[in-house]
Amino acid sequence: MRTEDEGIAAPLLEVRDLTVHHGQLRALNQVSLIIGAGEVQAMIGANGAGKSTLLRTISGLKAATSGTVIFDGADVGRLRAERRVAAGIVMVPEGRRLFPSLTVEENLQVGASYARPGPWSIERVYELFSWMPDRRRQLASQLSGGEQQAVAIGRALVANPRLLLLDELSLGLAPVVVSRIYDTLPELLASGVTVLLVEQDVSQALRVASRVHCLLEGRITLQGEPSRLSPAAIEEAYFGLSAGPAGPVATPRASGAAE
Amino acid sequence: MIWVNDIIQGIMLGGLYALFACGLSLLFGVMKVINLAHGDLAILAGYLAVGVIAVTHIPPVWSFIIVVPLFAALGYLAQRTLIQASLNRGVLTTLLVTFGLSVVIENALQQFFSANAHSLPIGSLVSDSFGIGSQITIAYLDLAIFLVAVIVLLGLQYLLSSSKQGRLIRAVADDREAAQLAGADYRHIFGIAAAIAFATVALAGIAYGMYTSFDPSSGTTALLLLFAFEAVVIGGLGSLWGTLAGGILLGVIQQLGGQINSNDQVLAGQLLFLLVLLVRPQGITSRRRTA
Repeated sequence: MRTEDEGIAAPLLEVRDLTVHHGQLRALNQVSLIIGAGEVQAMIGANGAGKSTLLRTISGLKAATSGTVIFDGADVGRLRAERRVAAGIVMVPEGRRLFPSLTVEENLQVGASYARPGPWSIERVYELFSWMPDRRRQLASQLSGGEQQAVAIGRALVANPRLLLLDELSLGLAPVVVSRIYDTLPELLASGVTVLLVEQDVSQALRVASRVHCLLEGRITLQGEPSRLSPAAIEEAYFGLSAGPAGPVATPRASGAAE
Repeated sequence: MIWVNDIIQGIMLGGLYALFACGLSLLFGVMKVINLAHGDLAILAGYLAVGVIAVTHIPPVWSFIIVVPLFAALGYLAQRTLIQASLNRGVLTTLLVTFGLSVVIENALQQFFSANAHSLPIGSLVSDSFGIGSQITIAYLDLAIFLVAVIVLLGLQYLLSSSKQGRLIRAVADDREAAQLAGADYRHIFGIAAAIAFATVALAGIAYGMYTSFDPSSGTTALLLLFAFEAVVIGGLGSLWGTLAGGILLGVIQQLGGQINSNDQVLAGQLLFLLVLLVRPQGITSRRRTA
C-alpha cells in the first residue's frame, strides 16, 4: 500500500537495511532509502564508497547479503536483472556499456526488445538527441564518450522505465558535455520517470537532485535536501572527518573531473 | 585448365570445411566456448541419421529433416545445463567439460554401434558427376554440400544481422550484463545460439556421412575437425563470413598443394594456417571485435 506523507510522494522504491558483500569485503552496510515517484535523488561519495554497488544491487546485477528492495509495493529482491527491467527498473551502467559491434540504432532496438508500454520510443529518443538520427547506422564504438552516454540513456529510455538508475554519467566526460546530458533530465522527468543517480561530481548532483545521500565506506553518512545541507556538512560526510577512523583519503571531484 | 579444376574442387571442399566450422565459429563468437566435442557431435549426428534411416526407412538424403531439429533441441538443452554450468566456472572449465563430452560420446557410440565403420548410403549419388569441358568434373554430392554450406552460412549471417533474435545474440555476445539490463535473459539467448550451432553440426555430420564412411572415433581422428578449427581461425574467430572465406581458402590451397605433389595437400593447408597466424592472427576478414 502506498502511503502519502506530507511533502513525500508515494514511495516507488524502498530500500531497507541493504547489506552487500564483494567476497569478504562489506561494500554496503545497512543502507536504507525511500524514493517517491517523480523524484530525482542522488548518491554522492568517494571512489569505493559503495555507490555503484547500491545501483547494481537495486538493478539485480548484484545479489544482496541481507535487506530488502521493494519496488512499487512488491519485493523484487529475488528477481533477476532482466525481470526487474520488465517491472520497470532500468539502469544506465557505469562506463556506458553499449554493444560496441552494434550500430546506434541496433543498440536502441535491443533496449526496446523487452520494452514495457509507455511514452518512450526510438523516435522520441531521436527527438531528444537531435544528432542521433543522422548517425544511427554508425557503430556505437565509433562515437565519442558523450555521444555514447546519450545512446546509453536512450537505450534505457526505450524500455520505458519507471525508475531510471544512472551510474556515473559524468565519468570521463568534459564538463560542457556533462551539463548537456544533465539538461535532458527535465524532459525525462516530465515523461514520468523517477531517477536515482550516482555521481562523483558533487556540484552536479546538488544541482539536479531533490534529495542527496552521501555514502562513506558503505554507510549513509548524510541525507537531506541540497538546499538544507551546508558545504561543510557535505565535506564532513564525504571524507568521514567526524566519523571516527578516517577511510582512504580521497578528494571530492570538481565538476567534470575525468577518471 | 587443370588448375581451374583444382580451384573449383578446392572451393567445394572448402564448403564442407566451412559447414563443419560454422557451429564452432558460432559457439566461440557468442559464448566464447571452444567446443572440443564438435567433431564427436557431428559423428553423433551421423549415427543418429543411421538410426533414423534404419527405423523409419526414409531415404538417407532426407534424414536431416529429423536429425537437425533433434540436434537443435539437444543444443538448447546442453547449453542450458552442461555448458552454462561450466561457463559459470570459467573458460578453462568449458574446455575440460567439452573434452570430457568428446570422450563420453565416442565411447557411448562404440558401445551402441560397435567400432565398425558406417556410412549413409545414398546410392550412385556419391559418385555421379557432370563435366564441363574435358578437364573439369564436378560431383553432384560435392556441389550439393557446397551449396548447403553457402546457404547455411549466408542464411545465418542474414539472421544475425537482420532479425531481432540475431540482434539479441550479437548484443549478448558483446556484453551479457548490458543485455540483461535491456531485459534479455542471456541464458535463453545462449541456448538459442547453441541450438543453431548444433543444428549446423548435425548438417555437417550428415554431409560427412554421405561423403565418406565414419566410425565412433572419427570425431577426433578425422583431420576434418582440425581443418574446421583452421578455417575458423583463418577467417577470423567468431565471424561467419570469415569462416566461409577461411574454409574456401583452405580448401583451394590444399587442392593446389595436392596438384604440385599429392603428399603436400595437408602440408599446404597447414602452411597457410601458419602464415595467417604469423601475418594476420586476427583472421583475414576480422572486421568485428571478438575480444
